[in-house]
Amino acid sequence: MLRFRFALILWLAAFSFGAGVSAQETPLALTGAQLITISGETIEQGVLVVHRGKIVAVGPRGTAIPAGATVRDATGKVIMPGLVDTHSHIGSPAGGDQSAPIQPDTRVLDAIDVRDASIQKAQAGGITTANIMPGSGHLISGQTLYLKLRDGNSIDDLLITNKTGRVAGGLKMANGTNSRKDPPFPGTRAKSAALVREKFVAAQDYRDKIARAKGDVTKLPARDLALETLVEVLDGQRVVHHHTHRHDDILTVLRLQKEFGFRVVLHHVSDAWKVPDEIAAAKVPCSIILLDSPGGKIEARDVDWKSGAALEKAGVNVGFHTDDPVTDSRLFLRSAAFAVRAGMTRAGALRGLTLAGAGMLDLQDHIGSLEAGKDADFVLLSGDPLSVYSHVIETWIDGVKVFDRENEKDRLWATGGYGAGNPRAAHLCCFGTWEEAR
Amino acid sequence: MNKFTLHLMAVVIAITSIARAEEIAVQGETVHTMAGEPIRNGVVLIRDGKIASVGSSNSVKIPAAARVLKAKVVTPGLIDAHTVVGFSGILNQPQDQEQLEKSAPIQPELRAIDAYNGRDPLVDYVRRFGVTTIHTGHGPGALISGQTMIVKTHPANLEQSIVNPAAMIATTLGSGAVAEKNKAPGNASKAVAMLRAEFIKTQEYVRKGATNDVDKRPARDLHLEALARVLDGKQPLLITVQRHQDILAALRLAAEFKLKVVLDGVADAPLVLSEMKKSGFPVFLHPTMYRASGETENLSLETASKLRKAGIPFALQSGFESYVPKTRVVLFEAAVAAANGLSQQEALAAITIDAARLLGIHERTGSIENGKDADLALYDGDPFEYATHCTTVIVNGVVTDTQPH
Repeated sequence: MLRFRFALILWLAAFSFGAGVSAQETPLALTGAQLITISGETIEQGVLVVHRGKIVAVGPRGTAIPAGATVRDATGKVIMPGLVDTHSHIGSPAGGDQSAPIQPDTRVLDAIDVRDASIQKAQAGGITTANIMPGSGHLISGQTLYLKLRDGNSIDDLLITNKTGRVAGGLKMANGTNSRKDPPFPGTRAKSAALVREKFVAAQDYRDKIARAKGDVTKLPARDLALETLVEVLDGQRVVHHHTHRHDDILTVLRLQKEFGFRVVLHHVSDAWKVPDEIAAAKVPCSIILLDSPGGKIEARDVDWKSGAALEKAGVNVGFHTDDPVTDSRLFLRSAAFAVRAGMTRAGALRGLTLAGAGMLDLQDHIGSLEAGKDADFVLLSGDPLSVYSHVIETWIDGVKVFDRENEKDRLWATGGYGAGNPRAAHLCCFGTWEEAR
Repeated sequence: MNKFTLHLMAVVIAITSIARAEEIAVQGETVHTMAGEPIRNGVVLIRDGKIASVGSSNSVKIPAAARVLKAKVVTPGLIDAHTVVGFSGILNQPQDQEQLEKSAPIQPELRAIDAYNGRDPLVDYVRRFGVTTIHTGHGPGALISGQTMIVKTHPANLEQSIVNPAAMIATTLGSGAVAEKNKAPGNASKAVAMLRAEFIKTQEYVRKGATNDVDKRPARDLHLEALARVLDGKQPLLITVQRHQDILAALRLAAEFKLKVVLDGVADAPLVLSEMKKSGFPVFLHPTMYRASGETENLSLETASKLRKAGIPFALQSGFESYVPKTRVVLFEAAVAAANGLSQQEALAAITIDAARLLGIHERTGSIENGKDADLALYDGDPFEYATHCTTVIVNGVVTDTQPH
């Protein structure tokens, strides 16, 4: 079970700055909205109750509202779980540099800017959790971070940490053309695979040496940050998020996955519609991207919105991602709508934006659906989430409203305009309210 | 080949064209003619590639021989006011990128017609969403990158598709015009200085060329000849410009040389609306969902509605994309504008009749009216909704696509 380090900070924030950022010391009930729960039936004119950062009740009209709760009428609105972006580059993250093609020791953690406007814009798009990745110009470009897009002062405020203190995140890998460069980078696809296999074999050896040492310090291998990370991958603690486009590259990932037994999510998967059954047989989930057009690079020539439907039909777990800035976080809902246009079921597409994505980050027990006991991460919409005319009105994370379209500054991030690229201002104690600082 | 053979060939070509352009009746539950209120239960009759008649089902009789096509919504074929489709190819490899040549900063003599690839997959791709006419050509990224053209997205031969082979001359101001290191122009100020010098040189060329003494006329210069067409207003200068200070520089340049200008991009437009309005120049607004970074960091989803309120004529465009996705689709840019302050009719006008007027092709296309080219897009719902499909596309009276897309 994961616990969120931010709870204490939230409590402090509530204490210091008043009710504006309180995670409901008083329960909050939203009534009358359509509740797209994802995990169950959609409830017309339902009741959603959140308290102390968690969802405490989801039900039809008449669901008991705790005494003393603040009740808000949300009739005519739509509420769905906070969106999960399984692949994003908001916050200007970085991983490996140009010195080597394999750098699992580098961490996005050490590079991210939590005040970057891109994070505010993602909130405006209804995204509450994102997998922040380094780029795809390496075979292994570094460790990713699963972040809650809270308005934090430091990266620590956005982290998700489990009970052992491990920060939630995966490993970014890539194949195909992006990682093909001059030496020391590989020049061909076969060389790419060989380099990756070599490194994973080294990691197996490292792991086995540690096991054989049975705690004897004299027999332990010297600590190796790169291999240490790959051992986490081999042990299934760290999921591989693998950039891959072309059908043969997709199959190469599946081949390596089978050889080393790591857990993998396929990302982009432009040619997925050509090999859906192979992906399904490998029981590997796919996070797909829906672009305005194909092309822009050779291996994205055949990218097609019909991948969502093809994968769904084959029984593959399908999620979506923005790859922001490749697509705009504020328009993440479009991705699901385009998948539906090309034949995916509406239920599958909405699940892809939320619970399916949460599962790809091992967070399905905490986020991704409107269920009692889960984190109070949700989006209030003006209408059907798959309609172009709908707007995100509010975004809530852990029971805290992080985006409000009525708020002038938040609205600027939603619509764009002069100053929308500026970073979120630091909160300065005693020089203004938290709201102003945002 | 003698004259007779040529004539014979012309006749044969004409006959084949007519044979292909069959008689078609399009029935729409809603027909957005863009020449008046939408018609409920309308019929559009197509003959010889032209719109023969349009009206309600009561008023237009469908001939027995006509091919009948039905749709929930019918619109004029969409017009993309500015794109590089057909120039900036799908693969994004050096061999399929024709929109920019960087050996010199000012090359107005580069004709679009000499490079357009009407069979690039992206031309088909945008057409399948209902885009039947594109204003495309040399792109942004050089002070003057070359000429643009207007062409139908019909896959048939180029000569039949061309609407205007030399539409505008593409200029970029601001940081987008800056050349590589140590080459001119190195900044925005230098860019304007170079353009001014070039127009002064052109004025001189025109003046000398007007003399009666043949011996005193300057040698023919393709470069200055192209710029002369800008000076006399035959070809508007399409100025891609984003920052407010650069927009004002463009207006200053236009005033100095009395240029006919279309302002393109204008991410900072809301900051200089009154100056833009005063200039009288129309706008090809940046794609509504364009990426906000660098010069475009201030762009807004709501700028189209601000232009509308200010009374500045504008059309929407798909613009230029350097990477993935390789092009935008103007239908969706209009859709998002409609969700951010424009009415549905205003947004549709920005990709049909308004775009046609600003491109000077409104006599031929942009609305569903008798005598105009039969360019139509058929949809199974609100064209702007993401989950709606474009079900049929007709270009010049030819049904090009029937697979829902």
